[in-house]
Amino acid sequence: MKTQSRLEKVLASGALAVTSEVGPPRGAIPEKVKEKASLIKDHVDAINVTDNQTAMVRMSSWAAGVIIKQMGLDPILQMVTRDRNRLAMQSDIIGAYSMGINTMMCLSGDHVKFGDHPMANGVFDLDSIQLVQAVRKMRDEGKFQGGADIKSPPKMFIGAAANPFADPFELRVMRLAKKIKAGADFIQTQCIFNLDKFEKYMEMVCDRGLDEQVHLLAGITPMKSAGMARYMKNKVPGMDVPDDVIKRMEGVSKEEQPEEGIKIAIESIERLKKVKGVHGFHIMAIEWEEKVPQIVEKAGLFPRPVV
Amino acid sequence: MITAEQKPLKEIIEYISPYDRILLVGCNECVTVCAAGGRKEVGLLASALNLHSLKQGRTIDIKEITLERQCDPEYVEELVSEIDRADAILSMACGCGVQTIAERYKEKPVFPAVNTKFMGASQSQGIWVERCQGCGDCLLGITGGICPVARCSKHLLNGPCGGTSDGKCEIAPDVDCAWCLIWERLKALGMEKRYEEIMEAKDFRPAGGGGPRKIIREDLSL
Repeated sequence: MKTQSRLEKVLASGALAVTSEVGPPRGAIPEKVKEKASLIKDHVDAINVTDNQTAMVRMSSWAAGVIIKQMGLDPILQMVTRDRNRLAMQSDIIGAYSMGINTMMCLSGDHVKFGDHPMANGVFDLDSIQLVQAVRKMRDEGKFQGGADIKSPPKMFIGAAANPFADPFELRVMRLAKKIKAGADFIQTQCIFNLDKFEKYMEMVCDRGLDEQVHLLAGITPMKSAGMARYMKNKVPGMDVPDDVIKRMEGVSKEEQPEEGIKIAIESIERLKKVKGVHGFHIMAIEWEEKVPQIVEKAGLFPRPVV
Repeated sequence: MITAEQKPLKEIIEYISPYDRILLVGCNECVTVCAAGGRKEVGLLASALNLHSLKQGRTIDIKEITLERQCDPEYVEELVSEIDRADAILSMACGCGVQTIAERYKEKPVFPAVNTKFMGASQSQGIWVERCQGCGDCLLGITGGICPVARCSKHLLNGPCGGTSDGKCEIAPDVDCAWCLIWERLKALGMEKRYEEIMEAKDFRPAGGGGPRKIIREDLSL
């Protein structure tokens, strides 16, 4: 084991891992973090804590992560390179690790244009791959990105994101290979709605033997309505929602659409369980955390292993 | 070249309104090419300012001069004969020109009439696009001649991010994804393998992180 991470232990045991996420509140409301985490606590191995997602200011990811840690759960510290330079990121990593957080996700982050401070300067001192490199260097070499020794270095289990659907498709596996080379231990993918395309991607991943080098968690998002499906298809960059998924959502009454969305999510998990290289699932139920237990149970992923 | 755009007339008027005698100084270099502050624009701005002051019932005296190069002390020296007859200087050069004048003529207020924008190239008639951020450590040799520092919205050295679709950047449908361009170019050159080499974290000292930058050429300096 490289770390004390519960996620690492679950993955090493060969079980399919389950993660989900909690978006911190836009205010000093620690109860909100606890409430969201409580909804999913028994059904996941670790909880991603997003970092100013969609470029909106929120409670800091490490602070919300500490609240979750204090509940006896396992947060995954998300960190975007948009808001902080390499000094700030490394100090936050040491701080988070000192508070018991041992798993993190390295991301570049949505462009500030999409958030509530479009006038802000995006930092991007490092990109996501360089952040993975830096965290690995801290853990494996005990050195800061700048080269100096760290007394008692933080040992993080390192995650990165992959979007199998963004253009150009031919680059996507190469980009994954690059993240693995940089030091990613696990990968969480963008929401998967186009299963055929994802299976093709995974074939290419396995052809290169990358499934042996990284744990890939497939991203699952239940859709609440046909409107949400259309929005994700048309408005969210890099998202691939096939027309037949939208038709299926539109094919049932408005009241039944949430249930249909959950059915699609469960069926997707069932199908993706059989795909070589898929080592678990990352369930992103956006402002719909209460549905995660149902999805996990119906997809046969409950109870969670004790490690 | 350095590109620039004229400031809103209202802002320029606010700067010069306390003064009666204005020395309006253009530059014959970059701002002439991008039609922001050359001889022609100096004439147009002078007319607009004169017209505005006439409407206000006052007259101002505007002396028009366009220097060969406003960022060069040798040419800025040419203003010596005019400077005593001016209450203020209005410069249509980039920020480098404005500062060269301010340094030479310390007793006169100098105001910028343009916003200096970026180092860019002409894309087509009337359109200039950003191509360089002067990072001081040129990467173009390994990125197929397309700069990710200047052209990727997140300055990613290991792109593209997950937000690209149809070769366009997530920030706007009319912005090319720099990394899609780099990838196409590497393919055309048969250099696909290069993509998987990780570009290490950038040293920002040559990019200005080490303080104001300076070039000293001992072979040329006196």
